[in-house]
Amino acid sequence: MKNIWKKFTTAISRFFHDDAGVSFLASTLAIFAGILFSFFLMLAFEPSDAFRGLSIILSAGFREGMSSLGNVVVKSTPIILTGLSIGFAFKTGLFNIGATGQLTVGAFASIYIGVHWTFLPGYSHWMVAVLGAIIVGAIWGVIPGILKAFFNVHEVVATIMLNYIAMYAVSRMVQDFVFESLKSESQSVHPNAVIPKMFLDKVFPDSSVTGGFWLAILAVIIIYIVLNKTTFGFQLKAVGHNKDAAKYAGINEKMSVVYAMAIAGALAGLAGAVIYLTTSGAHISTTYILQPEGFDGIAVALLGLSNPIGILGAGIFLGYIKVAGLYLQTLTFKKEIIDIIISAIIYLSALSIVFKSLGRWLVKIIDRLNAKDPEPVAKTGGDE
Amino acid sequence: MNYVIEMLNITKDFPGVRANDNVTLQLKKGEIHALLGENGAGKSTLMSILFGLYQPTSGTIKVNGKEVAIRNPNDANDMHIGMVHQHFKLVHNYTVAENIILGKEDTTVGFLKMADAIKRIKSLSERYNFNIDPNALISDITVGMQQRVEILKMLYRNAEIMIFDEPTAVLTPQEIAELMNIMKEMASEGKSIIVITHKLKEIKAVANKCTVLRKGKYIGTIDVADTSIEQMAEMMVGRQVLFEVDKNPMKLGANVLTVENLTMTNKDQKQVLKDITFSARAGEILCIAGIEGNGQTQLVEAITGLKTNYQGDVWIHDKNISNLSIRNRTLSGMGHIPEDRHKHGLVLDYNLGENMILQSYFDEEFQHNGFLNFDAITEHTNDLIERFDIRCGRGEKTSSRSLSGGNQQKAIVAREFDRNPDLMIAVQPTRGLDVGAIEYIHDQLVKLRDQGKAVLLVSLELDEVMSVSDRILVMYEGEIVANVNPKEVTENELGLYMSGSKRGEL
Ligand SMILES: Nc1ncnc2c1ncn2[C@@H]1O[C@H](COP(=O)(O)OP(=O)(O)OP(=O)(O)O)[C@@H](O)[C@H]1O
Ligand SMILES: [Mg+2]
Repeated sequence: MKNIWKKFTTAISRFFHDDAGVSFLASTLAIFAGILFSFFLMLAFEPSDAFRGLSIILSAGFREGMSSLGNVVVKSTPIILTGLSIGFAFKTGLFNIGATGQLTVGAFASIYIGVHWTFLPGYSHWMVAVLGAIIVGAIWGVIPGILKAFFNVHEVVATIMLNYIAMYAVSRMVQDFVFESLKSESQSVHPNAVIPKMFLDKVFPDSSVTGGFWLAILAVIIIYIVLNKTTFGFQLKAVGHNKDAAKYAGINEKMSVVYAMAIAGALAGLAGAVIYLTTSGAHISTTYILQPEGFDGIAVALLGLSNPIGILGAGIFLGYIKVAGLYLQTLTFKKEIIDIIISAIIYLSALSIVFKSLGRWLVKIIDRLNAKDPEPVAKTGGDE
Repeated sequence: MNYVIEMLNITKDFPGVRANDNVTLQLKKGEIHALLGENGAGKSTLMSILFGLYQPTSGTIKVNGKEVAIRNPNDANDMHIGMVHQHFKLVHNYTVAENIILGKEDTTVGFLKMADAIKRIKSLSERYNFNIDPNALISDITVGMQQRVEILKMLYRNAEIMIFDEPTAVLTPQEIAELMNIMKEMASEGKSIIVITHKLKEIKAVANKCTVLRKGKYIGTIDVADTSIEQMAEMMVGRQVLFEVDKNPMKLGANVLTVENLTMTNKDQKQVLKDITFSARAGEILCIAGIEGNGQTQLVEAITGLKTNYQGDVWIHDKNISNLSIRNRTLSGMGHIPEDRHKHGLVLDYNLGENMILQSYFDEEFQHNGFLNFDAITEHTNDLIERFDIRCGRGEKTSSRSLSGGNQQKAIVAREFDRNPDLMIAVQPTRGLDVGAIEYIHDQLVKLRDQGKAVLLVSLELDEVMSVSDRILVMYEGEIVANVNPKEVTENELGLYMSGSKRGEL
């Protein structure tokens, strides 16, 4: 019995000695803390409903079977992409606060193509619409990239300004080009421009899920490969970590910034396309609101520790919590309280970096327990 | 006899490495105690334990005979232990005084008592002849002065035990002499000092005792007065060390590097390079000597392309590279061991393997269609680790940050030598290395030269300049003021050229 326990703890300790293991532990702890905190909030506001609230938060994705899970997928798809946009930029040393702006222009491009380019036959219509969003998003990302690389303008300042420019410009352009004056919002796109379901409707019936989720998964895989397996990613990360050393090694550190922002913009632009190329009644309204998915992406990237796989998980988790927010409305909580509860979970989880040291500490305790009857630590290297 | 500090049977494990293995160090009041050992022997680790940065895996620490736990630098501070790190920890846009009081600010109703602090700093500075202006910005003062700020920081906190981690690696010979006097002065006032250095001459000059580590193990503690430099070197490396460089007569070939009329002006409109012309030929080690800050850095930046705001031409063989990108210069056959290993030499957040391909990741050997070939990278790294004796815990996966200072340097040297360039630009290649590793790198430079490559060596160390080079160019205020043969010049004469008091024929 004791032996099994020891094998178990050694295996765990080995996993958590890996940086990836510590990160995973940290994110899990962060989520746990977030949910616990939300429970206290509910206790404070509506003690009588707190337990039911907690159970809703925990079970939201399964309340109405697969269709609830489908909603989770719908909510998570764009924020996986914006999270990826922000996380990717971060890996290359850039703070992309501009995902929301890039998303907005991408969304407009996809709607414009989806409404007007009806000459495109069959499937090509939605593909071109998606591609248009990617390209326009990339261009919107390249602008701060160039400003940073060649004119030394900090990307945070530039992207924040571009967010507002995108918001006002798109609002104006919706009225000029794709306006549905009755509802004061953008027109619905042509059915051919809607991203097909790609079998997801079989898995999640009765939800507005589209194949956009597959596109997000594909993006996660591609970004993972680019960052970890290619010379291109090697260059970008080198610049992100230490641009002087990258320069010394002959890497064009200026172009590197431009490429990285282009890719970050493309990802956010794609997020815009997957929100609006659906039949579910998503339309750009002409009110002046910054698209929240761009900022949720920051939380996703933080919770996922900028790792593409982590971001996929974090995005799904946040989508899940957002669905929980919808269901909480069936209880006595006010809308604002729900927003606070949901944000508390999201932002506490985003602090997973803080929990990293707690994670290391836990690993150490496990080690101590193991060390009581010592087993040789695996030596992996050349040094004696 | 009672000791102020006793570190008894200290062992410290890192993943895959035992950095300290049953080490004992005992320090008396008023003593200067040197800590000697190869790169990666565990000196910095041992001192970090004493300063509370790491916890020992086992072993005890006693301060004034009492067993203590030093959990963090604040604890160390309370026990009057201070430390000057290998890489300084100062805030560059703060003033000297602000840096000194940082973390120990005295206030009255929330306001800093700056005037009192400055008064105290001034009086401390006067007592030790530091000659420092408390209101100067850190970014405006020299490295030597920055070190004094670090020392003042310890004095300000009433440190009685002072730890110096390789304090002389970044200093000019003049500054080294001054630092030694300061240390002796402080010791005579009853402060106890532990100093890490690779320079055996310095140990001879200041230390009373010397503790030697090898590969984490305690070898012994000696009386410096009774031990010769050769004996100390042997104790530390475990074999005899040759201090003389063995060289065959040189076989000169064609020009490899030609620099013509190179001029550079900095932001303040000051000419930092003035019309520099010279060439380095195949089969010679050409040394650029000079006191720090006389244009050597800028000269290298211009040749390697790190800075491009210059006029004039640079040629490699028959190819004008003045307008080429850094990458294309590298590919024209240039190797570069940079002056600042943390700024340029390594991406510290990359592991050892990734750093070993930093200059060649695009090579067919390491990638195919843009995809990195990890097996090839591992093999390549393991090969370099073995050939250059890089001491690391986890092979190519070792984080570069966790390598000891000297092993970081060896890693850079390995990468640049392995590319087999026609021109090797080596800036302070042996800074922070132990005598064994220095011997090895000098041998390698000579080997390159014997293979008919050109070596451009930039060094501040007179010993190195005199023993390794075939020809010496002395720089003073952005100009080349002498072109001499090391066999025909004395160290004294060289000193005169370097200080600008004499000019030679070019
Ligand atoms: N934080 C760390 N994590 C893992 N290994 C470490 C860490 N710090 C040091 N090491 C390892 O411990 C050993 C001793 O390192 P240390 O820095 O103490 O050497 P050193 O004697 O100061 O060498 P140098 O003269 O090169 O500065 C090395 O093998 C190093 O790689
Ligand atoms: Mg060290």
